[in-house]
Amino acid sequence: MSGATKTGGRSRALPFAWKATKLLASVALTFLGLLFVTFLIGRVVPVDPVLSVVGDRASQTVYDRVYIELGLDKPLIQQFWIYLQKVFTGDFGESFMTKRPIVDDILRAFPATLELATFGVILGTILGVPLGVLAAVKQGRLADQVVRVVGLIGYSAPIFWLGLLGLLIFYAKLGWVAGPGRIDISYEYDITPATGLLLLDSAMQGKWAAFRNIFSHIILPASLLGYFSMAYISRMTRSFMLNELAQEYVIAARVKGVPEWRIIWVHALRNAAVPLVTVIALSYAGLLEGSVLTETVFAWPGLGQYLTNSLQNADMNAVLGGTLVIGVVFVGLNLLSDLLYTLLDPRVRRRT
Amino acid sequence: MFHKSKWLAATVASFTAVAAPTAWAETPADTLIMAWSIDDVISLDPAELFEFTAGEIAGNSYETLIGYDPMNVSDISGKVAESWDVSEDGKTLTFKIKEGRTFASGNPITAADAVYSLTRAVKMDMSPAFILTQFGFTADNVDQMIRQTGDYTFEFEMDKAYAPTLVLYCLTANVASVVDMKLVQENEVDGDFGYNWLKTGYAGSGPFSIREWRANEVVVMERNPNYSGDAPAMARVIYRHIPEPATQRILLEQGDIDIARDLGPDEITAMSSNPDLVVEDGVKGSIYYMGLNQKNEFLSKPEVAEAMKWLVDYETIADTLMKGRVTVHQSFLPKGFLGAYEENPYSLNVEKAKELLAEAGLPDGFTVTMDTRNTPEITSLAEAIQGTMAQAGITLELIPGDGGQTLTKYRARAHDIYIGQWGPDYQDPHTNADTFARNPDNSDDAASKPLAWRNAWDIPEMTLKADAAVLEADADKRAEMYIELQKEHQAVSPFVIMFQEIEVMAHRNNVSGFVIGPSFQDNSYAKVTKD
Repeated sequence: MSGATKTGGRSRALPFAWKATKLLASVALTFLGLLFVTFLIGRVVPVDPVLSVVGDRASQTVYDRVYIELGLDKPLIQQFWIYLQKVFTGDFGESFMTKRPIVDDILRAFPATLELATFGVILGTILGVPLGVLAAVKQGRLADQVVRVVGLIGYSAPIFWLGLLGLLIFYAKLGWVAGPGRIDISYEYDITPATGLLLLDSAMQGKWAAFRNIFSHIILPASLLGYFSMAYISRMTRSFMLNELAQEYVIAARVKGVPEWRIIWVHALRNAAVPLVTVIALSYAGLLEGSVLTETVFAWPGLGQYLTNSLQNADMNAVLGGTLVIGVVFVGLNLLSDLLYTLLDPRVRRRT
Repeated sequence: MFHKSKWLAATVASFTAVAAPTAWAETPADTLIMAWSIDDVISLDPAELFEFTAGEIAGNSYETLIGYDPMNVSDISGKVAESWDVSEDGKTLTFKIKEGRTFASGNPITAADAVYSLTRAVKMDMSPAFILTQFGFTADNVDQMIRQTGDYTFEFEMDKAYAPTLVLYCLTANVASVVDMKLVQENEVDGDFGYNWLKTGYAGSGPFSIREWRANEVVVMERNPNYSGDAPAMARVIYRHIPEPATQRILLEQGDIDIARDLGPDEITAMSSNPDLVVEDGVKGSIYYMGLNQKNEFLSKPEVAEAMKWLVDYETIADTLMKGRVTVHQSFLPKGFLGAYEENPYSLNVEKAKELLAEAGLPDGFTVTMDTRNTPEITSLAEAIQGTMAQAGITLELIPGDGGQTLTKYRARAHDIYIGQWGPDYQDPHTNADTFARNPDNSDDAASKPLAWRNAWDIPEMTLKADAAVLEADADKRAEMYIELQKEHQAVSPFVIMFQEIEVMAHRNNVSGFVIGPSFQDNSYAKVTKD
């Protein structure tokens, strides 16, 4: 997908409009393919979507009627075409399970995930990058070992188990944070939903008591996700930094008497930042897909739970809608990291 | 959803032992907060809803024509209806509606509402409609068959003289809830009977009204000020969607919720010893069974079916593996139903099973597959059965799948053995007789596909017996007919019926008055108090 923007040497000659068209076409093709594959998978899995709608007890006539209502009697390609036509008019259909328009469902589930994932990835980056740099600088020494072990735990411990443990310690035992859910029932109706990002909504409306409550609900699951992305980010930062620190320009800078902190935090980190942007973007995208296990333990009504539930019930409209959102997230983050490349790396800038 | 192994529960257990709750949150005194997995709710329209959670919500917010005492289901009485008469030929029931009562909206409840509700459900023909249409109603004839005769009277004419008990029990089901005709019609769009509004809305007269449903998140109920019975002590009842039992347990121990509804055996054991909590249970109508497909060459031998009934360690499973969640039960009518047969003749007897297998010409056993839903409960049950079957030489290969997968395969008769649960649709014995002991047409494209059909069990004679029981007007004679039917079924059927479900919940010790009824619809919190 990122190839779409880096079209090589020839692109300099092309006018902007042509580049934009190419980009759009490639994005459109990506989405079409994504939808088609998802649609196909949804139709070949051995789960009968009619049963999710009518239940196990419905009479044959009810079953047959819903079968036709869902368009399942038509050939697969035709079903896909009908779906596409609707999507182009902005109609993503209704969920079989919640009986609501997919757009409404996703507008409710996605902000919950977005809020959690953003919080998580910010924590992961703030902690992961300095720790990775530290580990690289102190390579082989105690600090390096500690960072690597902490990372290893983040890699290997089941998030489900860590989540429950976190709840037991910080919620049940210490009482530092609020329990599962996004907000206490008593604050629930204080806030007028605007963006769906509760922290933002409550802050904008000046409901500071609610804000504190929301913060104390989100901090634990966000820290958990932050820990997991930190594990990944710190490991990658370490290896990028090791790579940079071995470069000749670092030796040259040392010879010229540039202070060591400047070499590490300005020169080397700046160069390591280019690949690091991709790592952080990927890690963010991963969190935005919705972390099903975290959402389950913390009763977080996000995209992960929504998609899993939809998949298990062969609720294809919901699955396709969710897949589109994830597609948009990936393409969007890819474009963003390409954009950041050009800001961070003059060589890329010159090429385009 | 997840394979939560024992060690997970053990970790939680050991940590809670150390971590005695310190910070105490308390729920408001007039609000009852429950944690439950509520992702099965797909509609709140009584003409459509058919799931456990939605059934309970409707049971507390709508009133049906007829009701029964949840502690003694044979005690039938009117709810919206005041009285009823059966005509000479037994084909018409005349109902009189209680006067002077109103819906939550303030509209009066009249015979027009009752007639509208029943005809609406028949015309909409959603999943539970068969409970009504089995009396001969169709979208075309229902307006003639169910007719208003006065402000507070209407007639209910059927195609045959069905047993009055059957008709009355069917009118206790959610689908026979009386909806507020005026309110629903105000929200009707393009002749949809107000469905698009009511599936997330509310138009009833029960103790609570439904304020809000956010799928997979929350259901909020509020006290109905116009309720004709005693006003509930709780101003609000809130269902929170908490999918994970371990999370429910932490919330309950902290006092952030009042009732936890999904508990595994580990949670039950741990909570029973906590003085702040009370564990309560009640027998539900759901039955655990194995269906042996008669299309399979081994399973179609009668001796094999009987041998398998001797190869389940009923007692041990009920006492340990599924402790507190099930009770041994081996006939198709659950305990608490009219005519339920409560003898459990089978127990684990490997020698007897081996003899039967030898008689069937299979002394060395055979290999079959069993489609197993991948919930922790069904999986562990299946594994236990796999172990005892092996003792008689039967190799049981488990095929795991999620609910949709195993059910799709079962309904296509593509399984060898299916292990699962069956819950009654309404409180009359016919509901289970209809599916376990009736199979009017065993061909692949049959119009009705009961469980007997799914297992390709061709039983023309037993079908006639089940049909006869539906027309018996005398309740005692009718009960006797069902007992005979169950005895025969227990001996010869390809169904290994094993357990009856027990619903377990835990609540904080300041909560009292939650009634656990025989079906989810009967679970009632109208009389819940907190002190």
